[in-house]
Amino acid sequence: MFIHSPSYFAQSSTSIFSPAATPSHWIFTLSMFVLSITGLIFLIVAGLLTYALIRYRHRNLLTYNEPTQIYGSNQIELAWTVIPALIVVMLFLTTSRVILATQDAKKPADAVDVVVVGHQFWWEFRYPKLGIVTANELHVPVSDPAHPTPTYLEMSSADLDHSFWVPRLAGKMDLIPNRVNTMWIDPETAGLYLGQCAQYCGVQHAKMLLRVYADSPKDFAAWVAQQQKPAVEDPTVAEGREVFLHNACVNCHTVSGTMANGRFGPDLTHVASRDTIASGAVENNAYNLKKWIDNPDSLKPGALMPPMHLNDHDLNAITAYLTTLH
Amino acid sequence: MADSVTSLTSVEAIDVTPVQKPRQLFLEVLYDWITTVDHKKIGLMYIAYSLVFLIVGGIEAIIMRIQLAVPHGTFVSPQVFNRMFTLHGTTMVFFVGMPILFGFGNYLVPLMIGARDMAFPRLNAFSFWISALGGILLYYSFIGGVGLYGAGSAPDVGWFAYAPLTAKVFSPGHSTDYWTLSILLSGIGSIGTALNIVTTIICMRCPGMKLNRMPLLSWLYLVTSSMVFIAISPLTAAQIMLLLDRYIGSHFFDTQAGGSAVLWMHFFWIFGHPEVYILVLPAFAFANEIIPVFSRKAVFGYPAMVAASVGIGFISMSVWAHHMFAVGMGAGANVFFVFSTMIISVPTGIKIFNWLATIWGGKIRFASPMLFSVGFLFQFLIAGLTGIMLSVAPFDWQLTGSYFVVAHFHYVLVGAILFMIFAAFYYWYPKVTGRMMSERLGKWHFWLMVIGFHMTFDFMHIPGLLGMPRRIYTYEPGRGWEIWNLIVSIGAIVQAVATLIFVYNLIHSYYKGEVAGNDPWDAWTLEWSTASPPPVYNFATTPVVHSRRPLWDIKHPEDPDWNYE
Ligand code: HEM
Ligand SMILES: [Cu+2]
Repeated sequence: MFIHSPSYFAQSSTSIFSPAATPSHWIFTLSMFVLSITGLIFLIVAGLLTYALIRYRHRNLLTYNEPTQIYGSNQIELAWTVIPALIVVMLFLTTSRVILATQDAKKPADAVDVVVVGHQFWWEFRYPKLGIVTANELHVPVSDPAHPTPTYLEMSSADLDHSFWVPRLAGKMDLIPNRVNTMWIDPETAGLYLGQCAQYCGVQHAKMLLRVYADSPKDFAAWVAQQQKPAVEDPTVAEGREVFLHNACVNCHTVSGTMANGRFGPDLTHVASRDTIASGAVENNAYNLKKWIDNPDSLKPGALMPPMHLNDHDLNAITAYLTTLH
Repeated sequence: MADSVTSLTSVEAIDVTPVQKPRQLFLEVLYDWITTVDHKKIGLMYIAYSLVFLIVGGIEAIIMRIQLAVPHGTFVSPQVFNRMFTLHGTTMVFFVGMPILFGFGNYLVPLMIGARDMAFPRLNAFSFWISALGGILLYYSFIGGVGLYGAGSAPDVGWFAYAPLTAKVFSPGHSTDYWTLSILLSGIGSIGTALNIVTTIICMRCPGMKLNRMPLLSWLYLVTSSMVFIAISPLTAAQIMLLLDRYIGSHFFDTQAGGSAVLWMHFFWIFGHPEVYILVLPAFAFANEIIPVFSRKAVFGYPAMVAASVGIGFISMSVWAHHMFAVGMGAGANVFFVFSTMIISVPTGIKIFNWLATIWGGKIRFASPMLFSVGFLFQFLIAGLTGIMLSVAPFDWQLTGSYFVVAHFHYVLVGAILFMIFAAFYYWYPKVTGRMMSERLGKWHFWLMVIGFHMTFDFMHIPGLLGMPRRIYTYEPGRGWEIWNLIVSIGAIVQAVATLIFVYNLIHSYYKGEVAGNDPWDAWTLEWSTASPPPVYNFATTPVVHSRRPLWDIKHPEDPDWNYE
């Protein structure tokens, strides 16, 4: 009942049955093909089984006349070897086509390049050609079929195996240390696509969430321009900036244009422009920011950022500073 | 030698009345069991040991399902959840699945091929005790796992223990070492038992039992045990390499020093995939014995069944990288592993069709062993079909690491293997204890189990299709996953209740069950020709067989099987 109603599934923002990019469309079509074949096989075999069980059931356990014995039949056995083998060959050829099409696709000249680095338990996104570094929320342009601008993701990991999975855009691809994997996505409509890490990577694997924003070309250009600006030097939060720069924050985080250039944690140059913090664990607002800086474990137990042990005054100052980093 | 061998003429002729022993003290009994080298006692110890771990692994599953019943669950902490799925997976595969199947193999193989014991009885005892030590070590990690770092712990790296999560930097303390050692020890035990079973089957068959007359169960144990060598060796090698990494600073899997995470995956899955077949072939073995007896028909296509089993054994060695479709192996490797994986469905299909043909035209008695076998047939069919889906690499890019996969492999592990293990219990219990298990409780057990199973694992496919990854201790609301997770959790509890009924039945029937006699199911293989329970050396006189169904020949002298084979 539910199983064969893709429209029901489409309500979920991470359903593989509501594809929104070329790779996920191909996978969807192939999946439907496989589902129909396996569904058909199920109906036939389960039907025969059910029929046999009902037709040949025997209630009296004590009667002794045995049914006619049949020890085998070469023709029948040959038939149910050859027919499945043919089905397998057909399925194999169809599958191979999709594998080759996705994995060996030619990269168009104006593709957007993003380097994705997996970290315990967050995502780093670097746009080498655009000079942008951000975290956890990936912005990509919508790709117009007439003039495709797919985004090519070059993926690796700084620590453990992770896996990039945004079901509506593409299947998953692992991020593995010492190794570069590539995948591409080309969202066809603007919007937010959710996903998360799909390879167990330690305590907070569950909270390594992932948000992909597909922007119209205009919005994407505006976002790029904003991200390329240097960090804001708002004089009203100068105190917060000082507290930030004089604490351990700078060892792990970068705010471009300051002495903070750590790479262990997410880049904070434009942290206020993001909707969430802690890789999607909580909404990005002053309350959560303060709570996070005071004790990250209270929002995401096991996260690798240590508590900062600041007094309330300093906490408020830092929080105020961070909220100005658009 | 020749004189002591008498042909079987009747079932009664070889009935041995057990010698009445004087009552023994508890310590004497204990000593007896600990020092025994009798294949039947060792088999029973394996079975008892894995039943204990089945309960433990079940409790861990329930803890996980309580946590996941609602979004943002707070029943356990993330650390505890991760330990639970690590222990659950490790326990179920190494300390429930393997030992229970070796237990049945130990008990049944010599009886069914007319032998008096295993080929190497003392190796047999050694293998059991070393495996048992493995299980104990895994749980000892709760006490010893943290070394100097604090309170009790347990491994939390997953039963697959992917590198580099197991490296010292990411996994300090000793919990991972306990995991490694426990797998190492149980692996040594498994190899010992496998060697023993292969030798027993090759060398100890009774007169007349040619290879092509062996019960299919022995064939399947022959294939499974041969696979154990090939599969466990790379696992053992990998565990040793991991220990070297952790203790003397080698860099096989240490990615911070240039080691390879993918190397571990290859080692692990070269073991891990055959392992699934190592577990499922004995389930097929039970089905091959039970389905014919309860349909009153000889198994359809014996040679094809043997060929398919051997074929599965071989092909299963070449499919491991289908666990790695998302690792970025490149299109060429993916295409190869798609093909080898898909093609294994052909011999598997042959088995299902042959069972169907065995039932066809039979007289089916729905006693408990058959009920569970029927559940097995349907559930294994579905498991096979979702397996084909997963072999389609692009589909797998969506599904691997998701709850769909968890549903798929529990269809195999619970729906097929565990169901056949239950069937085997009901079927052979009278032989082992001399008493029948309660059919009434058996029916309760079966129906609750079926309902619970389908509530849990049917509905588990859905959150997977909706994008829910596995090994997450909690999830966000609003993605359409809540309702399915709740149903799944309730189903798990129903299965737990069913299992408790089963355990009660086991104990209760031992004292109160109906007396069974030697051959309560009117079966055809040699174990039913001896007393229940069988005497120490199994057979008073070595049996001689002339066909695949020796007891049929005795009971139907006018129409013996050898006329048809
Ligand atoms: C009532 C029965 C069972 C329930 C409710 C259950 C439930 C679960 C759950 C919730 C997981 C964790 C999934 C994840 O997040 O990755 C899991 C994993 C697993 N289960 Fe079960 N399980 C049951 C029985 C079994 C049995 C009988 C076996 C094997 C004989 C088994 C083998 C495994 C394995 C190998 C894993 C993977 C562990 C890992 O990811 O490291 N389970 N099970
Ligand atoms: Cu991750």
